[in-house]
Amino acid sequence: MSATAFASGLQQEPLTPPFKARRGEVIARLHSVTKRYGQTTALEDLNLSLHPGEVVALLGPNGAGKTTAVRLLLGLTAPTSGSVRVMGRDPRDAEARTSIGAMLQVTRIPETLKVREHIDLFRSYYPAPLSAAEIVHIARIEGLEDRLFGKLSGGQKQRVLFGLALAGNPDLVFLDEPTVGMDIESRRALWDQIRLLSAQGKTVLLTTHYLEEADMLASRIVVINKGSIIAEGTPAEIKHRVAGRRIRCITQLDAALLLRLPSVVSVERDREAVLITAAEAERVVREMLRLDETLHGLEISAPGLEDAFLALTGSDAEKN
Amino acid sequence: MATAAVIAAPAPKLGFAYYANVLGKETRYEFLRMLRLRVFSLSVVGFPVMFYMLFGTINSHTEYARYLLASYSCFGMVGASLFGLGAGIAMERMQGWLELKQASPMPRFAYLAAKTISCAAFAMVIVCLLTVIGLTLGGVHMTAVEFLKLAGITLAGAIPFASMGLLLSFLMPPTAGPGIINLIYLPMSFASGLWMPINILPRWMQHAAPALPTYHYGQLALNIFGYAQPGTSMSTHWEALVGFTCLMLGAAWLLFTRSEAKA
Repeated sequence: MSATAFASGLQQEPLTPPFKARRGEVIARLHSVTKRYGQTTALEDLNLSLHPGEVVALLGPNGAGKTTAVRLLLGLTAPTSGSVRVMGRDPRDAEARTSIGAMLQVTRIPETLKVREHIDLFRSYYPAPLSAAEIVHIARIEGLEDRLFGKLSGGQKQRVLFGLALAGNPDLVFLDEPTVGMDIESRRALWDQIRLLSAQGKTVLLTTHYLEEADMLASRIVVINKGSIIAEGTPAEIKHRVAGRRIRCITQLDAALLLRLPSVVSVERDREAVLITAAEAERVVREMLRLDETLHGLEISAPGLEDAFLALTGSDAEKN
Repeated sequence: MATAAVIAAPAPKLGFAYYANVLGKETRYEFLRMLRLRVFSLSVVGFPVMFYMLFGTINSHTEYARYLLASYSCFGMVGASLFGLGAGIAMERMQGWLELKQASPMPRFAYLAAKTISCAAFAMVIVCLLTVIGLTLGGVHMTAVEFLKLAGITLAGAIPFASMGLLLSFLMPPTAGPGIINLIYLPMSFASGLWMPINILPRWMQHAAPALPTYHYGQLALNIFGYAQPGTSMSTHWEALVGFTCLMLGAAWLLFTRSEAKA
């Protein structure tokens, strides 16, 4: 669907950080959505907007509400309160879903159909689908078209499911754990395809438990825990939520002196080297190099997304 | 609060051609899927054919061969519907495949209609095979009109028993599906006189039979050859099947809306 009209009118909360995405345009949103299943609250007054061209990674421990958010946006379930809009419409309306594609965690899809047949069937659901050849090319499943789905390997099945998600040439793509069961090479190839989607102006909402994947792909990370958003920003901003960066080097300077340097948070010994955590690593390093000409083996690293994630969701939370 | 633009897709107009195309593809692939799924195709086609080979040919050149041709046609349709929709939908729901389809714009009616039509196609295969066996090995004489009537009545069973399959798909634990269906399907068909002529069943079973939908279905088919139980008009059997269909669909609808609310 190449033609998109712009209708103004809906209110939007100010977004924390500005992104590369065209600000102000909203392709899908959850507006103060609460979702309860009986006694349990899966989402509590959640606001989430997706903008064209963004790759948003939804992170959170198991049971945080990620799947519920995705299911709401796909129209698979209705919110207890609040509103869900995709392209300005309720996604439970079948016609609103003609510009959405989804790759969900499916344990099995009919195994006695050929890849070609699955693609042909999914294409028929959409008014303006991609050609079968394009789907095969994007999903990198050339040569598998005449194989029965049941005869494919785990990674190949994932690639077919990715192809089905794109069958309708969607503007908004939901990828729920897309690279599970893929080898490293297939995973990287899929990442390239996701970047390509984003470059074409398509919006991608990704849930993953490979934090590296979120780090590599996402223009924005939304961390959910216990049904609420607890942090939101670019991967760099999220990582920044854990104090500073790490400096590792071999130096003659003693720990007490290092601790007095500006912005240093902690100093630890690691075998022959010291590990310094500091908010402004450059200033600390400049000072250290001035004070100690023998300083060598210098490494500066940012804390990983994993560190940030664990810090945000509580160290006891399982990573998901 | 800033006012922002919301991207609104132009409402795509999905016309008749779109729906016809989806239904055509969905039906074609559903039939292919079932046909290649040997557990399904062999048992659904194999059982009525095998039973008729046994009981029909033992009684060749007798009235029983004709009776059983009609009753096993019904037996085949009921089996295809209960396994195709009941076990099929329950399994696809458990595996997450149904959810993926529901996240697409696939019209829901196409999913159900494709399954029903595919099951009816299986039943037609069964009717043809049974007729060939009847004419060759069973010594059955039948006119072309009788054959067309038999095919027509058998097809009419697709609606009530597909509805029953749909209801069962909501009630069954998916892993136990085929087992539970057999526990319902086999005794129900037996007690309705689909396995062997109803008048050789115990008296109490004959009295209880009118409570079963398969009894009324079987009577309609048997009436083609003049073997229906005397004393009941055919319209009563039709009414019973219509009532049964409404009951099944109503219950299925109730369960569906309840599960939607919980989802």
